[in-house]
Amino acid sequence: MQHDSAGYWKATLALIRNVLIVWFVVSYGFGILLAPMLNNISLGGYPLGFWFAQQGSMYIFVILIFFYAKQMGKIDEKFDVHED
Amino acid sequence: MSLQGITYLIVGLTFALYIGIAVWARAGSTKEFYVAGGGVHPVLNGMATGADWMSAASFISMAGLISNMGYGGGLFLMGWTGGYVLLAMLLAPYLRKFGKFTVPQFIGDRFYSKGASTVAVICLLAASLTYIIGQMTGVGVAFSRFLGVSNSTGIFIGMGIVFMYAVFGGMKGITYTQVAQYCVLILAYTVPAVFISLQLTGNPIPQLGLGSDMVGNNVALLTKLDLIVQDLGFAQYTTSTRISTLNMFVYTVSLMIGTAGLPHVIVRFFTVPKVKDARASAGWALVFIAILYTTAPAVAAMAKMNLLKTINPTVMAADSNLFAPDAQIVHAERPDWMKRWEVTGLLKFEDKNNDGRIQYYNDTSKDEAFQAKAAAAGWKGSELSVNADIMVLANPEIALLPNWVIALVAAGGLAAALSTAAGLLLAISSAISHDLLKEKFMPDLSEKGELMAGKIAMACSIMVAGYLGLNPPGFAAGTVAIAFGLAASSLFPALMLGIFSKTMNKEGAIAGMLAGLGITMFYVFAHKGIFFIKGTEFVDAIGGANFFLGIEPNAFGAIGAVVNFAVAFGVKRMFPAPPEEIVALVESVRIPRGSKEIGGAH
Repeated sequence: MQHDSAGYWKATLALIRNVLIVWFVVSYGFGILLAPMLNNISLGGYPLGFWFAQQGSMYIFVILIFFYAKQMGKIDEKFDVHED
Repeated sequence: MSLQGITYLIVGLTFALYIGIAVWARAGSTKEFYVAGGGVHPVLNGMATGADWMSAASFISMAGLISNMGYGGGLFLMGWTGGYVLLAMLLAPYLRKFGKFTVPQFIGDRFYSKGASTVAVICLLAASLTYIIGQMTGVGVAFSRFLGVSNSTGIFIGMGIVFMYAVFGGMKGITYTQVAQYCVLILAYTVPAVFISLQLTGNPIPQLGLGSDMVGNNVALLTKLDLIVQDLGFAQYTTSTRISTLNMFVYTVSLMIGTAGLPHVIVRFFTVPKVKDARASAGWALVFIAILYTTAPAVAAMAKMNLLKTINPTVMAADSNLFAPDAQIVHAERPDWMKRWEVTGLLKFEDKNNDGRIQYYNDTSKDEAFQAKAAAAGWKGSELSVNADIMVLANPEIALLPNWVIALVAAGGLAAALSTAAGLLLAISSAISHDLLKEKFMPDLSEKGELMAGKIAMACSIMVAGYLGLNPPGFAAGTVAIAFGLAASSLFPALMLGIFSKTMNKEGAIAGMLAGLGITMFYVFAHKGIFFIKGTEFVDAIGGANFFLGIEPNAFGAIGAVVNFAVAFGVKRMFPAPPEEIVALVESVRIPRGSKEIGGAH
């Protein structure tokens, strides 16, 4: 059977794009560009911008990879290209 | 038992464990030698990747760097973890599906060119060799600091241990020892951090302690630290950026894509059974890495707080005046740990104003009001120089932790250095025995012959690495930056183009790699000398330090990568499209179905 490889690739790229948007916003956005502004808000004893740069972005990175792996698994099944 | 005795005992036990694993996991085939048989569980592979990744520098130096840089140190934390998101989504699953042993092999096949694979081998060897010098010196430093042997004896012992499990075990031996080494190093890093967090904030979890109030008053630790460092003329801890926001941004990009492009990290994902496992394994790797990397900023801030509190004992009082005549401790009454580390030269005291007390402050502060106050107090310059490494190494002693914790830190530092060195050695030896010998010069080499060649290449690489560790070239300090620059500007873009562009031809890819590499090296050499030879810096002739938008040379890999992509697409148009079988190869790499076990043959 011929797979819909164009559709599969399109779905894959869309997922990668969405994950990269979050990846960019939490690290470069909240952690660097907007950090001075976010530092006016505090999270416990942390200024929020500082927290994103030295803690938060890393937690979100971990979540992003597992989210990606799970969603990718679903896309594989949907287009019937998963491994046995 | 004495501290020395306990240290020997704990380090000896961990070494016995590594050798035991080496004997159990001998490699009998090239597949076991290069990719551990391709059957490593994703969680174990994640742990091994963590140990592979976290080097002597991560373990010993990173917290100290952050401690000095404050907020700006976050670029290392984000840069060295964010790269795994790129690796997991953009490279690992596709390279695993491709199913060959090495990174240059993918570049050679995808760009249907031995030239491309040669450029990749050169980049790989340059990146890995420069990286390994740092590890070998790290091994020497860890041994000499903790075990009281000379630097060179330390390197010889380190070489011997790595030789045993890397030469006989290959990737299989390395992977399973790395799992053990991860456990040792993470315990060694977190145990002192937990105790210190508990002492300072009452919260046993360092990641939460850093955001908590100090024990005994209601001020947040970071707020108090900000106040103290500013009182001493330093920049505010939680906002001090690295040179400029743009530089910090570009530096972070360079570290992220450099991380994703480092070959010794990429090959780790060839050891898992399936494409699906490669994706998940990157997540597990980052979990294990993040345990250390989220603890590091807590260690950084808390160690700094402890150091400043030791020197300025009155600092915690609400009405403390740092400029009072008796605000600093008398040098003769300093705690024992300071005496011990003064012997090593990591801590140096010079009584510039002859008052017998230790003044530690920013004597180059631009704040005139501060300088006037310091002068009025009779301060004549900062009297203590603190090596950044001390923030981790002396941490347990500063917090008065028992001797076994100090011994554990020694074993952890050694585990970090040895595990990274072994991973790099494997990348180097497989590039030699597989990419050069088998693929180029001796295609008829039998499986058995190639395995033997791999072991010989590994043994030679250990000798070379040991030699470089004993006689570090003058540029050793800048080498890790070079490794990241190389990986970011050459390998990462080439791999990306190979997977995500069906139309990229060999001419474009090769021109891109050379251009990215060339411009990055040009910028670095301009600042640090041609091939790091002192006196050949030419940066003043072309615009002065950091002349390109104020970006420092270590951060330039990202710019090199942009140049690489631009040149690759420009040159691509002038040459014919890749042949059809290459387009088919890219199609097949993109789809998980049909993934085979990793193999070396065509």
